[in-house]
Amino acid sequence: MVDAPAAVAAAHQFEDLEQQHEAASLGMWVFLATEVMFFGGLFAGYTIYRNLYQPGFMAGSHMLNVTLGALNTAVLICSSLTMALAVRAAQLGKRRAVVTFLILTMALGLAFILIKLTLEWHHDYLEGLVPGLRFTYGGPTPKAVELFFCFYFTMTGVHALHMVVGLGILSVLVVQAWKGRFGPQRYNAVETAGLYWHFVDVVWIFLFPLLYLLGGRY
Amino acid sequence: MATAAAPADLDTRVHYLNADYGIKSWLLTTDHKRIAILYLVAITFFFLLGGIAAVLIRINLIQPNGALVEPAAYNKLFSMHGIIMIFLFLIPSIPAVLGNFLVPMMIGARDLAFPRLNLLSWYLLMAGGILILYAVIWGGVDTGWTFYTPLSTTYLNTNVMSAALGVFVAGFSSILTGLNFIVTIHKMRAPGMTWFRMPLFLWAIYATSIIQILGTPVLAITLVLVALERLFHVGVFDPAVGGDPILFQHLFWFYSHPAVYIMILPSMGVMSELVTCFARKRIFGYSFVAFSSVAIAVISFLVWGHHMYVSGQSIYASIIFSALSFAVAIPSAIKVFNWTATLYKGSVSYQAPMLYALGFIGLFTMGGLTGLFLATLAVDGHVHDTYFVVGHFHYIMVGGALMGYLGGIHFWWPKITGRLYPDGWARLAAAIIFIGFNLTFFPQYMLGYLGMPRRYAIYPPEFQVLNVMSSAGASVLAVGYLIPLIYLIWSMRYGPVAGPNPWGAKGLEWETASPPITENFEHTPVVTEEAYAYDE
Amino acid sequence: MLGHVVPVKTYVLIFSALLALTALTTSMAYVDLGEWNTVVALVIASCKATLVVLFFMHLRWSPRLMRVVVLSSLLWLAILISLTTTDFFSRDWTPVPESWKSSLLRLPNLPPSAAQTVMPRPI
Repeated sequence: MVDAPAAVAAAHQFEDLEQQHEAASLGMWVFLATEVMFFGGLFAGYTIYRNLYQPGFMAGSHMLNVTLGALNTAVLICSSLTMALAVRAAQLGKRRAVVTFLILTMALGLAFILIKLTLEWHHDYLEGLVPGLRFTYGGPTPKAVELFFCFYFTMTGVHALHMVVGLGILSVLVVQAWKGRFGPQRYNAVETAGLYWHFVDVVWIFLFPLLYLLGGRY
Repeated sequence: MATAAAPADLDTRVHYLNADYGIKSWLLTTDHKRIAILYLVAITFFFLLGGIAAVLIRINLIQPNGALVEPAAYNKLFSMHGIIMIFLFLIPSIPAVLGNFLVPMMIGARDLAFPRLNLLSWYLLMAGGILILYAVIWGGVDTGWTFYTPLSTTYLNTNVMSAALGVFVAGFSSILTGLNFIVTIHKMRAPGMTWFRMPLFLWAIYATSIIQILGTPVLAITLVLVALERLFHVGVFDPAVGGDPILFQHLFWFYSHPAVYIMILPSMGVMSELVTCFARKRIFGYSFVAFSSVAIAVISFLVWGHHMYVSGQSIYASIIFSALSFAVAIPSAIKVFNWTATLYKGSVSYQAPMLYALGFIGLFTMGGLTGLFLATLAVDGHVHDTYFVVGHFHYIMVGGALMGYLGGIHFWWPKITGRLYPDGWARLAAAIIFIGFNLTFFPQYMLGYLGMPRRYAIYPPEFQVLNVMSSAGASVLAVGYLIPLIYLIWSMRYGPVAGPNPWGAKGLEWETASPPITENFEHTPVVTEEAYAYDE
Repeated sequence: MLGHVVPVKTYVLIFSALLALTALTTSMAYVDLGEWNTVVALVIASCKATLVVLFFMHLRWSPRLMRVVVLSSLLWLAILISLTTTDFFSRDWTPVPESWKSSLLRLPNLPPSAAQTVMPRPI
């Protein structure tokens, strides 16, 4: 079913729809540049400390569950696929497909968060690996391990927060898509939300090896 | 050219100020001009607050053993002064007030690319401001505006969290404003407005926006880490648990050094507008000035370590940062030379905006040169954390940025309000500000060189004379700042009505009515001439 | 129609490549490559990210300006990390008397609860 409202007009500050579309895309890319720097501060700190305290950080890293991490990576990659397909459906004006793919994306995002919360973080809490809340690691270089987990929880926490925001945005879009708001002339919102979602995926693509795999698991 | 009706019908003509009435039409506006006014009111309020802190500081420093407050309270005063002046006044000032008002007009657009995001930026600044005010009123913050660890994370029991959260929120205001400007300048220029026909003010705003976009997020995440460390006692920056306080300083100054260029670049942009108009000449070396703006923005990100020469940073890193700090002075100097060359053989008139511009050029040059002293490792070892640094940055931020802001406000006041202010009073105020400023801050160079540390509530008696001079200057400066507040507000009601172009200036904003209609232009302008075509 | 519509086949192809690379990086972690483990992991991650950015985020079909934005952000991140690292890694080059050396590079073997100040504080 193709979106068929009366003539779609650009917002008053724009000359035409094309300018509006380009502005929206550029705006989101510039915003993603700020997000690169936002996560970048954490990556910088992690890089420094990892090189200073290699044994401790390796020990900490080895206490993370690679299977769950890899599973979560796969979940997010699937969600990127469904998100890209949602954008495509909006471009083609396929209302039901947009709604379906958006809901699938949200479900996968939710799955990611649930796996993280219940299987990983909760487990870490029980093991006494959460600095500030419950940290009882008694092995060698406890301070370095504690520092590792500071970064682990901050980085995955900030990432998860971005995912939750993404889920919020997607839920708004699902409602709008259901009402038939998106079509070939009018899908900026889905596309820019897609850019944001993929970015959150890219961050995880780096977090996974940096936190779980660095230095090897042999 | 001018299509507006005669000035006399200011009240009958519909323009952006009277197009709609009521508090909702202001608080829910998406008109960039109204949002600029909202910012103007807000930052004036913050400036007054920061100014009060400054007055209390200078009163305290009249006597060597502190005339007014205990050291603990003094620490809160200078922290409050710095946080409010930097994050709530200087960083928004020109971009959010003049930038918001002028960017769409100068490129011939009806509004910014994202008007609702623009309004959100204002609300974020307000929210940040409220949080910072809460921190200040409910016991104060005494870390200094720099929040150095582990003092801020572990050893203080003041309102660090709320102040940090306030700065965090205000930072997003800055980011979104920069984002808006970048997209607008890239995508919404009028037909014929090529990059090299843009007024240099826009180049400056564009360069500033790049800094806002790429630098502010790093401060944001650093404050998050400080907050986590305070809340959960985790040791990211605490040496006792393996953290490194210098890492905090790296992350903090990675933003905060470029931040000072956020404060000065727009002011430099204003300079290009003022100098060309009041010398009635084209700018000398347009492309040099344009590229210098971008060069300053880029190189500014490479020099942050010059704040950390004596903190424990490795000397090799310090050498690299020192060399790069010398490099960043070059584009600034190029601009000063070009403005000076623009003045040469120009037909110079000395209205208030020009007085501010001339003051800027002289004072910024002095501040910039002392910056080079500080960039030199050997000298900095002697004057780091002394009043020399305080003198240096006040010459740039007050003698530079604030003069540019005031000059710009005076220059565009007729456009914004449709009224002329009394130029006699304006020139008097400019002169008082110039004199008061130098009396306040020049002695501080001397104090610093003689060894008086900054952020100290008390000092050895031999420094008293210079301190009293500085405090006396501060009172003159305060008077100088209050005068424009009075006549500008007066002019909104009683000032003569201004036509579309009272200065005879070049630029798209002068080719529409004063005040402009909500849509800025009756018809989208088409640009056919270069910028600053004064000898046409 | 605004923007480029990508065929479903392309998306599925990239998706499969991403899953394959994920499997690859996970399995490579269990192979002893010494120093190279880190390099391999980061290279594979970069490839995955590039695929997502180029194809899912449509950078391949976007105006050049977007590429400038992406590359600039990466460059700036590189500036942050590299200049900060020059500090930490050249500290050892300046000889310092033993007694002056901070505890930074040698962590005290304190139990986790040590070195906390117990000041009640407002937030």
